[in-house]
Amino acid sequence: MYKGQSGMWSWLFHRISGLAILIFLFLHIVDISLLSFGPTVYNHGIELFDQIIARLLSLALIGAVLYHAFNGVRIMLIDFWKKGARYQKSMFAIVMVLTILVAIPAAYFVFKPLLPNFFAWVVQPLTTMSSGK
Amino acid sequence: MSAFSKFYGSRSSNSGAFETFSWYYFRISGVLLLVLVLLHLFFMHVQTDVACTTYAFVAARYANPLWRLFDWLLLTIGLTHGMNGLRVLIDDYVHTPGRRVLFMSIAGVLLLIFFMLGTITLITFPVPAAGANLGSACVRGR
Repeated sequence: MYKGQSGMWSWLFHRISGLAILIFLFLHIVDISLLSFGPTVYNHGIELFDQIIARLLSLALIGAVLYHAFNGVRIMLIDFWKKGARYQKSMFAIVMVLTILVAIPAAYFVFKPLLPNFFAWVVQPLTTMSSGK
Repeated sequence: MSAFSKFYGSRSSNSGAFETFSWYYFRISGVLLLVLVLLHLFFMHVQTDVACTTYAFVAARYANPLWRLFDWLLLTIGLTHGMNGLRVLIDDYVHTPGRRVLFMSIAGVLLLIFFMLGTITLITFPVPAAGANLGSACVRGR
């Protein structure tokens, strides 16, 4: 009853998200250490995080952190709450829903600086088409 | 599934007292990280855009030593929680005694190096002199 059930997936996602976050933590400690080389070097490092691909990876990482955090609470409820084990399956559903619900506004904030460009990219061809140019 | 069958069975190490400590440490550090990490995400991705987390931004923030303490707690608790997780992964997936020693040693060295690098960066960051050139407030990498 364990293999292929929600219990297995929650466990597997927890491991994978945890490992991904740890690997990012290594990278993050290194990029923060660029502070020691002054404003020019450090700001060059920050420029990399402004790239669209870096913003996509940031959002994936935020999703991993949210899942790991909410599922961590679920694990503690299973351990310390009397009825935790009985409700583990529905709590897994709540964890997934919460992760997605919080990731949506997070996506808005991560991509907010790109939105004016995005609207310009969609709207401009339409306005030039309608004006017949 | 046969390719994974060698990963089945009980773990090779049985140091009971340490495993009990590890079990509690995951949960205690997890509760602390729940608060610290979610606040960190809010400050760095909602209040500020990542393109504006520049040297000047850090300088203004680190003028207050409490933010250095906040970041050091994040570093220390996050790194130990994560490395304890890596230890469990090695325990679960590396079974050859020689390789276990090798992987655990690498993990130990990584923990030490990243803890030292992060701590040194936090402590040695200078409070800039008045009027010093700190670079632009926001950068553009796109």
